[in-house]
Amino acid sequence: MVVGSGPGGLQLSYSLTHLGVPHAVISADPAPGGMFRRWPFFQRLLSWTKPFAPFERGTRFYERYDWNSLIPDDDQHRAIQPRLMDGTSYFPSRTEMEQNIATFARETGIRVRYGCRWTGTSRDGEGFRLRTTAGDYRARVVVFAFGLAEPWKPQIPGIEHVPHYAETRAPETYAGKRVFIIGKETSAFELANGFLPWARQIVLASPRPTQLSVVTNSLVGVRARYVQPYEDHILGGGVVIMNASIDDVSRSGDLFRVKTTRSDGGGSLVFEADDVIATTGFQPPLGDLPELGVVSSGREKIPSQTPLFESISVPHVYFAGTATRGAAGLKKNGIPSSSGAVHGHRYNARILARHIARAYFGIDPARPTLRRDDVLDYLLSELTRAPELWHQKSYLARSLLMDGARGIVDDGIVPLQLFVDGEGPDGVAVAVEANPKAEIYPAVYVRKNNAVTEHLLPMNPLLDFETAEHRAQLTAVLAPIL
Amino acid sequence: MCDMATTRGELADTLSSLSLFADLSAAELESVAHIVDERRFAAGERILRQGLSGSGFYIILAGEAAIRVDGKEYGKLGRGDFFGEISALLGDPPVADIVAGRELHCAIIPGPALEQFMVGHPQVMFRMLQSEARKLRTATRWRS
Repeated sequence: MVVGSGPGGLQLSYSLTHLGVPHAVISADPAPGGMFRRWPFFQRLLSWTKPFAPFERGTRFYERYDWNSLIPDDDQHRAIQPRLMDGTSYFPSRTEMEQNIATFARETGIRVRYGCRWTGTSRDGEGFRLRTTAGDYRARVVVFAFGLAEPWKPQIPGIEHVPHYAETRAPETYAGKRVFIIGKETSAFELANGFLPWARQIVLASPRPTQLSVVTNSLVGVRARYVQPYEDHILGGGVVIMNASIDDVSRSGDLFRVKTTRSDGGGSLVFEADDVIATTGFQPPLGDLPELGVVSSGREKIPSQTPLFESISVPHVYFAGTATRGAAGLKKNGIPSSSGAVHGHRYNARILARHIARAYFGIDPARPTLRRDDVLDYLLSELTRAPELWHQKSYLARSLLMDGARGIVDDGIVPLQLFVDGEGPDGVAVAVEANPKAEIYPAVYVRKNNAVTEHLLPMNPLLDFETAEHRAQLTAVLAPIL
Repeated sequence: MCDMATTRGELADTLSSLSLFADLSAAELESVAHIVDERRFAAGERILRQGLSGSGFYIILAGEAAIRVDGKEYGKLGRGDFFGEISALLGDPPVADIVAGRELHCAIIPGPALEQFMVGHPQVMFRMLQSEARKLRTATRWRS
């Protein structure tokens, strides 16, 4: 049972279908697309699709340059997004993305019961009963792919007067106004950027200092596309960026008064504004899952998950799509997974489908074997090209296992945490990793007698890990198991 | 203490009850609550991994964890305790596993961000230093 028809739910359904797992998909929406049916507010994505890339469209390796298409197992339905783009930007427009998802669903024959809202959950023997607006469903396993769809605002006195990001009006209605934006993350900067040609003054305030992705060298922080308000601020234009807590918002007639306390000990400041907007994020619509025992963490209340996307507190409840951020992985060097975006969670869905097929339906397609002489070439090629490893750094890995009967088995793409913390036959997992100095390098994890050792290989300025140096180091690292 | 997902205000309240943050003002606590990450670990899940690079600094908000070296248990950690600082400060991989004994709720500062955090919050750095001094005193007594 899958709940949701955004990219996460549709990718999972596709992968389940191709493994032969019977399932139903329900969605409250009338059509596929999830959050992309409405957002981003300014109608263009942050995630790129490069129409012309080092690898041919329609190949697996091209996926590294196409962050937005869903991933079929055959070449025919790959790379749908670049087919639909008009060439004005390598960031698809919202409508192009919505079309991309709908095209994938249509062309691959994904079946969804639209207009069917999940309203409640209870245990039913070994499984669950899901109440919906179209009657009850019973299932052994449920997967929630409901996105972060519920606007969230912090508990600040007067916050009820403040519209959320989701309620932002057309930009021209902010012409000549003083706009106070609560929040300094990407959505705050998206609005500020869009208001630059309209608003008289823009203030962004929250306690945490602004982080920029080009400074953190990761997806953490405001993405490069929306940095313009930051530059306007540091050059003394019409944008004010403040590190301050918001104490109180009051409204008198058409005017807002926002009381703030500066985080750096600089005292209180009161702002007058014509408009206030809370860009304070979204949460997953958890419904009654907390009553069922599903625990969550952090401000966003994302359910805490095992490396295979199962609730840590309620077995057989899984998640797909953006919510798989709750399976945080190793988070090496503080760099998070890319599971909050399509280019990351589309691979999680494929892994989850394989897990569900194997664990609940006994479906486990034979994995291919490798000749010993091919191992080095294969692993170095994967490290240099595999989209799963490049999009999910330190999170997903290519794993080979030493099977006493079959020889060297390609175990496929697996969560790195599962390999590192799990027990099993001797083997190797390779991942691409990064550090805050913007260095990208291969990492090799060797498991022998259930002890895992880490080996970091050198970076390469051209991101080519098929050099003689890499080959020599990998040979030495694999010696104990090959 | 709230053991479900916390709001920033609730997290600030929780942090204020831990000795590491005892000297911070309400505004500073709220700022810290916005800076740290939060994560909940399943019973038995490893948080720090012996020999693996790139870990962080963890403060236990609720639950219990075990210190293990080569599979042997050397002690337990509970609410208010912190770990991962040696590896984060020195840039070396941890010399022990830390494993969640039961469901564990932690605040986290990524290793590369610890220096900036400590320099920005000298009272927290002083409290951490006191704690390290106590550990050193215990270790010295044990050896003598």
